Amino acid sequence: MKRRCDYACHSPEHTMARRQFLGVMGAGGIVGGLGAFTTGQASDTLAKQQKRVVVFNMHGGLSQLESFDPKPGTDTGGPFRSIETSVPGIRICELMPKTAKVMHHLCLVRGVNTSEDDHGKGTYMMLTGRRQTPAAEYPQIGSVMAKALADEANPVPGHILITPGGGGNRGNEAAYLGPRYSSLVVGGGKPPQNTERPKDITAEADTLRQDVRRQAAQKFLNRRRTAITDAYTHSYEQALRLMTKRDAFDISGEPQKEKDRYGDSDLGRQCLLGRRLLENGATFLQITHSNYDTHNENFNFHLEQVPEFDHAFAAFIDDLAVRGMLESTLVIVLSEFGRTPGINLYYGRDHWSRAWTVTMAGCGVAKGAAYGKTNPNGTEVTDGQVDHAALFHTYLMAVGLDSTESFDIEGREVPMADPSAKPIKAILV
Amino acid sequence: MFTANYAPPAGFDFKAAHVSAQWPCEKPLICCRIDPKVETVLVGGEWGTPERVKIADGKRTKLEGGHDSWIFDAAWTADATRCVTAGGDGRLVWWDVTSEKPAILHRIDAHNGWIRALSVSPDGKTLASGGNDGFVKLWNLADAKPLISIEASKRNIYRTTFSPDGKLIASGDLIGAVASWNVADGKESARYEGKPLHEFNGGQQVDFGGVRALAYTADGKRLAAGGLHKGTNPLGAVHEPLGLVFETDTKKMIRQWTANNIPGGVFWSFRWLADGTMMGASGGSSGGLLLFHSMDADKEVHRLALPNILRDMDLGTDGLTVATAHHDRHVRITRLAAKKA
Repeated sequence: MKRRCDYACHSPEHTMARRQFLGVMGAGGIVGGLGAFTTGQASDTLAKQQKRVVVFNMHGGLSQLESFDPKPGTDTGGPFRSIETSVPGIRICELMPKTAKVMHHLCLVRGVNTSEDDHGKGTYMMLTGRRQTPAAEYPQIGSVMAKALADEANPVPGHILITPGGGGNRGNEAAYLGPRYSSLVVGGGKPPQNTERPKDITAEADTLRQDVRRQAAQKFLNRRRTAITDAYTHSYEQALRLMTKRDAFDISGEPQKEKDRYGDSDLGRQCLLGRRLLENGATFLQITHSNYDTHNENFNFHLEQVPEFDHAFAAFIDDLAVRGMLESTLVIVLSEFGRTPGINLYYGRDHWSRAWTVTMAGCGVAKGAAYGKTNPNGTEVTDGQVDHAALFHTYLMAVGLDSTESFDIEGREVPMADPSAKPIKAILV
Repeated sequence: MFTANYAPPAGFDFKAAHVSAQWPCEKPLICCRIDPKVETVLVGGEWGTPERVKIADGKRTKLEGGHDSWIFDAAWTADATRCVTAGGDGRLVWWDVTSEKPAILHRIDAHNGWIRALSVSPDGKTLASGGNDGFVKLWNLADAKPLISIEASKRNIYRTTFSPDGKLIASGDLIGAVASWNVADGKESARYEGKPLHEFNGGQQVDFGGVRALAYTADGKRLAAGGLHKGTNPLGAVHEPLGLVFETDTKKMIRQWTANNIPGGVFWSFRWLADGTMMGASGGSSGGLLLFHSMDADKEVHRLALPNILRDMDLGTDGLTVATAHHDRHVRITRLAAKKA
């Protein structure tokens, strides 16, 4: 069922948006609109299924050789050894003993070749499923999932970035889906800033002042509705709903035993917050672990960071599995690219997009599997080669979406995923 | 004015230092140790097979079958008939190197994680190992029997060195903690403020630096710790070499050594020379350098640029022969004396 938006056609924001869109798309349409799917599967239905997605963004480029595709004993293998996992035949780096124990939940995609060694472009490709071009801007996976899966009435925002530091800002990842699907940034294991009613304002007074705000906003919206004003209104209402769920963002009350299970690290706290948010109905989370851009002393830095990830990630997967949430939650571990098999003169590894690994778990994907293969020293994919676009299709299919569907952006069909690519059917269940 | 440690050997002149030989090895090198007779160099690198290289002609002997990971350090017995290698597999391997096919005498899983540092006591009886597990362990060098295990740090141990009287073993770790421990009972003897050698980069969320070099003076009155500082871009190899000198009686830092125009460097190894000069090996994006510092100045008094980035350095017991381990698979021999006519 198509839904159209009734923005005022002459507002400056809308005019600009239309011009931008016409300019980049070369055809009619509205950017930032309330687009719906063009065919049958309604987002409401998907929302009721409570599918969730969590992306671990290993910022800077996690080394596949020091994580999920080790090559010990070769000229590129580095000093770390491989260890057995809970799945016979699948070995991972010794830096991840805890992850090895939850391998039966994981699906390794070891044949990723994205042919892009630039940080910005690689990140764009991995998060949007498209190659960056000046002709179009595409929404990131978080915005797509928020639009497709999130219940609009959910007090927890549909698209959340969890960072180690402070939060409160909104990102700008939604492109034509509109700013309401951009991320809310939360951090530090604390509730978002300014989400507590000031103590000198009573509940009654607060209700009254919100009513006044709504009336004023509605008068304005009647004449000048745009994607920006929609997002503005939506943000206010969402913030009010969020205030009722402040405790979902607060891990201070978690038992010390739980905190210990996730590790005494920023990432541990981020993951514990992530689990808490999922339990409270969050739809999409992106947790960033930084920084893996190890041109210098790759092994020392991975020695610091991978065990931290291992600790938190394994606890996270284990908790979702124990709670019965993993079946409905797709977990993805990605980077913008991998790192060179060759070791440079500073004990570093540089950017390498031709043969690396993305890891998935949970909803809709095979368990305890390794798809794709690289050659003995990890320089090339020898079997099951896939790229960012195929992966993006796969993510969508895994949570029950038809990746060949399109968004209806004011009458224009915009494919959710790159129409020239296909999902990795072999790992979809 | 700093006084000399002992009488310099005949011909000693570090300002005339020059590379006298360079010998290729199998893979990029990480460590090198000259045997006490100054006839061979034991090298380890980015593979699991250490090699013994003859200084005179570069003839190589492989020490096979001991390790499953890179070799990070090595040590010799006083008679040069045996050696010990330390690996990223957490293993110490004792070798008999009297024959052309070195034999494994002992192979011990000594640490949980890499072993980065080995030292031999001045009397040649005790071996110290330092590992990523934060432990410094003492071993009987003759028969590989464990003696004492010291929980020296919560972080990775990067370097160890014995005091000249053999009563103390000093350690340095990733976060710049420098301490000395009684060899007799493993108890802490002293702690030095090595924090300038450590940085935490908030943007990149990484600890960086650490004590990469550590050396007592011959009289034991000073302890030098080396590494890096100004790590403005740790992941991009932008950092400068830094050395700290402590008085062992007061524990005070009395000198900081830096270098002129080395935006990419770190001290990997320190050796005090006979005249009281410190020879530091700096490797990084600024290349491989031997830097010579005196106690009278912050900056180096002399430098020797080597043909390739280096990762380790050792000084022979003759006080003249220097070995350096390089990324280009070569071990280079430098003489601290004028070239022979």
